[in-house]
Amino acid sequence: MKKLLLGNAAVARGAYEAGVRVCSSYPGTPSTEITEEIVKFDKEEVYAEWAPNEKVAAEVAIGASIGGARAMSCMKHVGLNVMADPVFTVSYTGVNGGLVFCVADDPGMHSSQNEQDSRHYAKASKIAMLEPSDSEECKEFTRKAFDLSEEYDTPVFIRLSTRVSHSQSLVELKDRENKEVKPYEKNIPKFVMMPAMAKARHVVVEERIEKLKALAETDAFNKTEINDTKIGVITSGIAYMYSKEALGDKVSYLKLGMVYPLPEKLIKDFAEKFDKVYVIEELDPVIEDHCKAIGVDVIGKEKFTLLGEYTPSMIKKVVLNEDAPECAELQENIPIRPPVMCAGCPHRGTFYVLKKLGLVVSGDIGCYTLGAVAPLQSVDTTICMGASVSAAHGMAKARGSEFNKKLVSVIGDSTFMHSGITGLVDIVYNKGNNTVIILDNSITGMTGHQDNPTTGMTIRKESTKQVDLIALCKAVGIDHITVADPFDVKNFEKVVKEEVNREEPSVIIAQRPCALLKSVKYTGHCTITDKCKKCKMCMKLGCPAISADGDGVKIDLNQCNGCGLCINVCPFDAITKEEN
Amino acid sequence: MNIMIVGVGGQGTLLASRILGNTVINEGYDVKVSEVHGMSQRGGSVVTYVKFGDKVFSPVIDKGEADIILAFEMLEAYRAMPFLKKGGKMIVNNQKINPMPVIIGATEYPENIGDKLRENIDLTEVEALDIAKEAGNSKAVNVVLIGVMAKNTDIAYEKWVETIKTTVPEKFLDVNLKAFEMGYNL
Repeated sequence: MKKLLLGNAAVARGAYEAGVRVCSSYPGTPSTEITEEIVKFDKEEVYAEWAPNEKVAAEVAIGASIGGARAMSCMKHVGLNVMADPVFTVSYTGVNGGLVFCVADDPGMHSSQNEQDSRHYAKASKIAMLEPSDSEECKEFTRKAFDLSEEYDTPVFIRLSTRVSHSQSLVELKDRENKEVKPYEKNIPKFVMMPAMAKARHVVVEERIEKLKALAETDAFNKTEINDTKIGVITSGIAYMYSKEALGDKVSYLKLGMVYPLPEKLIKDFAEKFDKVYVIEELDPVIEDHCKAIGVDVIGKEKFTLLGEYTPSMIKKVVLNEDAPECAELQENIPIRPPVMCAGCPHRGTFYVLKKLGLVVSGDIGCYTLGAVAPLQSVDTTICMGASVSAAHGMAKARGSEFNKKLVSVIGDSTFMHSGITGLVDIVYNKGNNTVIILDNSITGMTGHQDNPTTGMTIRKESTKQVDLIALCKAVGIDHITVADPFDVKNFEKVVKEEVNREEPSVIIAQRPCALLKSVKYTGHCTITDKCKKCKMCMKLGCPAISADGDGVKIDLNQCNGCGLCINVCPFDAITKEEN
Repeated sequence: MNIMIVGVGGQGTLLASRILGNTVINEGYDVKVSEVHGMSQRGGSVVTYVKFGDKVFSPVIDKGEADIILAFEMLEAYRAMPFLKKGGKMIVNNQKINPMPVIIGATEYPENIGDKLRENIDLTEVEALDIAKEAGNSKAVNVVLIGVMAKNTDIAYEKWVETIKTTVPEKFLDVNLKAFEMGYNL
C-alpha cells in the first residue's frame, strides 16, 4: 500500500517496520514529528517518551540497545551537540540491539539558531551516516539502519534536513518485523569504557570503519545513474532532488545515500568518465573535501554557496548556465512579515514589563525568543538551550552587583528542565545574586505543544508525577521564589523590581498557560471605546490584533481572542471586553 | 502541476495543502507536499507547495514555476507574485492582515495590491472570510479557497469531498463541507 507521508513520519514508519522497541527524544524543529508519529503505534509494540533533554534521550536509547532492544533517539542538529558526549563513546562500545540516532539539520534556519552541518559529527565520532532524499528513502534507510547497526556493531546516524523532514511524498508500507529482544549478557570489555577497555575498543572502531568503507563502494546505498558523459554530479539528500529537477537527464549522477564513510573507488571510477564533475551539497563541503583528499578534481563551493538552502534554478544556472523562467517581478519593496508572539501569548505581558523597566534580558530558546522582535525588543541574548541562566551569572560576575540589579534571565518551563536547572545550581553554589524568570506556560510551545516533566502528562497523555518547580528551586537553595501572573502587569512589575534589587538569588515563576492550549478558553474580544486618548500605550504590546488607525488605534476582531492584556495596560480604562 | 499556497501563520495553509495532496494522490499521480513548521508558523509568512505529475523531484517551487497560487492574504499574494508561471492563475482571499512592521508604524501596507496583481497576472479575488463565516466558522477560509481552486482542476467534485471527509476532524466536517461547496459554486 502506498501512502503520502511526511519525511519524519516515514522515518517513524521505517523504525516501526524494523521492530524498534524504544524511542526517547527531546522535541526540536524539524525533527519533532518523528517521535510524535512513533507514539501513534501500539504501546505494547513501541515504548516512546519525551526525555528532559537530548543527552538523556540518547542515553535511554543506548541503554535500551545494550538491553537488547532496537532503539532510537531523534533530535534537531543542535540537539546533537547536547547528546554528543555519550555518542562519541557509544561509537566505541557498539550495540546489542540496533541503535539509530536520527538528526535533522535546518539549512536556511527556518526554526534554528545556527546552520551547523551534522555530517561532521559522523566523521568525528566514526559512526556511519545515511542521508535519505525523500520519504520513501526515509523509511527504507531507517529500516536498513537497524540491520546495519546490528551487522556492523555500530550506532547509525540518519541525517535529515528540513525539506526532507517536512515534505510529504509517497511511501510503500510494509509489515513490522517481529524482532525479539536479544539476550543481555554482562560484557565488561565491551560496555565499560575505562582506559584499558577503551583502548581495545578503539581498535575495533577503526576496523569497523574499514568494513563500512567497503560497503560504501557497493550499491547498497550509493547509486550511479549514467546519462550524458560530459558532466557528472556527485550529490546526496535533498540536493539530489534539486539537481534532478534542474538537470534531468542532461547530466549523470552519483547519488550518495551513505555520507559517512564515503567511498573512494566508486567516486574515482565515476569521476573519470566526465569532462567536468560537480559536487552539489548544501552547507559545508563535506563530500567535496573528501573528493579533493582522494585526488578527484571537482567543482564545488567555488560555484555554490555555503549558506542556506539550494534551489533547482540556482543549480541550473551554475551547471548549465540556463536562466530561470521569466516572471512578474515586484517593482517595489514590500513589508516583511516576521513571526510574532500569538494574540493572547502569556510572554507578551512579561516582556512588556521587562522592557518598561529597561532591564537587560538574558534570553533562551523557545517562542519567547520572539521577545527580541520589535516593538518589544526586550531580549538581549540568545545562544542555546539553558544559556539564559548561566550566561546571566557570567554577565553579573563580569560587571558587578549594580549591573546585576538591571539583569534577568528568561527561560521556558521545558527549557528550564532541559538545561536551565544546572545553571541555577551554579548561581546558588557560586554565590550569585541573579533573578531567573521561568516562563511557565504549561507546555513546550514552539515545537507544537509537547508535554514535559512540568506538565504532569507523558507523551501518551497519561498522567504522571509533575515536577514541582517551586520545590525544585528551593531544593537547589533558592530562598526567594514568587509565582506571578504576567498579565497582572502592575503586580508583575512590582515583583520583578523587588527581586532584581534583592542581594540574594531569586526565581520568579511567570505562570499563565499558552493561549493555543485547548484548555485555555479566552472568549469574546477587546474593543477600543471613546475614552481612548490615543496614547498608544497598548501598541507597545506588539499584539498582532492591535494596529494604528489614523492617529488612533483599532483592534482586529478576527485576530483578537479576548485575552484582555491590553485592558490591563491602558492607563485610561479605554479598552473593554465584549462577548461575541 | 505546481500549486503554491501562501498565507499568514495560523490561517490554516497546512490543512489546505494536505487536502490538496491527498486528493491528487487518489488520482494516481506522484506527489510531493512541502510544509512549514516551527518558528516560522508564529504569525509569519508561510509558504507550502503541492507538486504532482508523473514524477516529482524537488518538493519546492522556484520563481516563475507555479501553475496556481492560492493566496490567503493580499500582501502574501503580492509577495508570491514572482513565483507564478506565465499564463498561471492566482486565487486570492481579499483579506488584509497587517504584519508587525506595519502595526508598529515602521512601514506601510502597500496600496491597491489587487490592481497591481491584475496588471501582471490572471487573478480571481474571493471574499473568503465572509464566505467562511457564512458557512459557520471564520477558520474555514482555507477550505473555501480549496473549493474555488477545485473548480479550476479536472478532478471531480466528489473526489474532493472524499478527501475532506478523511482529512478534517469529525466535529468540523459539516462546516468544512459547506465552506467547500460555497467556494466551489462561486
